[in-house]
Amino acid sequence: MSVDKATVAKIASLARIRMDDAALEQMVPELNGILQWVEQLGEVDVTGIEPMAAVIPNTLRLRDDVVDADPLTGGGRQGDVLANAPAAEHGFFGVPKVIE
Amino acid sequence: MTDLTSLGVKEIRDGVAKGDFTAREVAEAFNAAVADAAALNAFIVTTPDHALAAADKVDAARASGAELGRMAGVPIGMKDLFATNGVQTTAASHILEGFTPRYESTVSQKLWDAGAGMLGKLNLDQFAMGSSNETSYFGNVSSPWRKTGSNAAMSPGGSSGGSSSAVAARIAPAATGTDTGGSIRQPAAFTGICGIKPTYGRCSRWGIVAFASSLDQAGPMARSVEDCAIMLGAMAGFDPKDSTSLRMDVPDWEAALNADLRGKKVGIPREYRMEGTDQAILDSWEQGKAWLRDAGAEIVDVSLPHTKYALPAYYIVAPAEASSNLARYDGVRYGLRDLPDGSGLQDMYAATRAAGFGDEVKRRILIGTYVLSAGFYDAYYTQAQKVRALVARDFERAFQDCDVILAPTTPTASFPLGSMNEDPLTMYLNDVFAVPASLAGLPAMSVPATINADGLPLGLQLVGRPFDEQGVLNAGLAIQQRAGFTAKPEKWW
Repeated sequence: MSVDKATVAKIASLARIRMDDAALEQMVPELNGILQWVEQLGEVDVTGIEPMAAVIPNTLRLRDDVVDADPLTGGGRQGDVLANAPAAEHGFFGVPKVIE
Repeated sequence: MTDLTSLGVKEIRDGVAKGDFTAREVAEAFNAAVADAAALNAFIVTTPDHALAAADKVDAARASGAELGRMAGVPIGMKDLFATNGVQTTAASHILEGFTPRYESTVSQKLWDAGAGMLGKLNLDQFAMGSSNETSYFGNVSSPWRKTGSNAAMSPGGSSGGSSSAVAARIAPAATGTDTGGSIRQPAAFTGICGIKPTYGRCSRWGIVAFASSLDQAGPMARSVEDCAIMLGAMAGFDPKDSTSLRMDVPDWEAALNADLRGKKVGIPREYRMEGTDQAILDSWEQGKAWLRDAGAEIVDVSLPHTKYALPAYYIVAPAEASSNLARYDGVRYGLRDLPDGSGLQDMYAATRAAGFGDEVKRRILIGTYVLSAGFYDAYYTQAQKVRALVARDFERAFQDCDVILAPTTPTASFPLGSMNEDPLTMYLNDVFAVPASLAGLPAMSVPATINADGLPLGLQLVGRPFDEQGVLNAGLAIQQRAGFTAKPEKWW
């Protein structure tokens, strides 16, 4: 499979990366080179093989169902959470207006 | 007095404990070496005060007779992929420039708890995506090594290129690295140092900027196998904050080091004899077999039939995970925001990400977005995950016939910066020997073997069974003892 400029524009839009015409033109052959190269995976007989879900068998744990089970990742850290925000306003993340 | 910057982790720790020198003297020596090595561009920011404060704490603890940690008095470099409290953490990307975490990654915290200090945050390929350290927003890192008779700047490998450059240049005795598809082992091989990626889950990923979560693993980079064993012991361990963290005891790898390989079988994967591999690399592989045989091991042929498919599978799986992980950089919660006049939220996302991500990062996000998109998911992503299962099964079968696998780390020695930029694919191929162990989550290490005709280091790779870091370290030690690798780069910086 190969991609054309319109497809790359669509992918870029899905990925929320603004790309001008020149950037799209340049990306088309680069992506096609990579996609053609990965096509070889189609040769592999995968009959009866389950896609890998975890490299090392491990079960997901449940933490204790208590408030602030881990104080580092628990609540009450509004200041820390907002410390690196480009536009923190009134204790919230500020964003451009989304509703008229 | 000996030049303190010539010492490794073990020598520094033991020297501080014995009182041969103070931790402060060590930190001062390395701080000065770091300040003198700006030409390497190995550090994005330096933190001499952090190193000094940690050293003073160790000296005070020693004076009071308190027990010292396993890294006590050792100043290290921290790859700028680990969140460090109060110190800018960028993943070498413009999109995180200025980001100053209010928390500490588990691995870095463990190192500070063990008595280590931080010399600075090390440069890397942007978001750890690259094999040459040429994708950093903060400029290329130079290897301290140069080809004989040439002044061309050489690649330190990637993505942990700041780490490899700093350790090889002796401006840090050790550094942290992370390995997603070879990012510890390949730079270690390029710069004549050691580096080990442990079994997936040994080191907590909490606080490490995520690239491909099913592959990312942290590990140490240092100049000897012993130093790697010591530092890995300080980095590893169960962490409830990482859902894939292994709930297992951390063995005392340092204490159990043993280069006597009698009764061990070393597998030589026949599929690793690939076209395009340098003759000098193949020769060093032969030499490696002889060294391990000399250490008492039996050399056996093994087969890893899906080797050639590992790299293309990786270049679907890793970008797919990256496209998802990197969705968080949206200009809202942290990092860069680009808000063109009069634009709305969606425009802000797209403008921020266009301005913040480098070309290689964008390329991988686009590939990842494409292979996960409706209609292509099964053909690409599911197929790749099935191939990945086959790659892992290959190793499982091979380890029925051997205890550890010996292979080259890379198909070539280091190359000049700028010489491989024509086509992203040629760069990807550099990780052809490293990626299979990453896909299977296995412990793997590179140790320096020899110097090629150009005067550049070559590494050998050891891959072990899941959880058998000890077997990998022991075989690495056997090679280290026989290789007698003492070459070091001549100072030009």
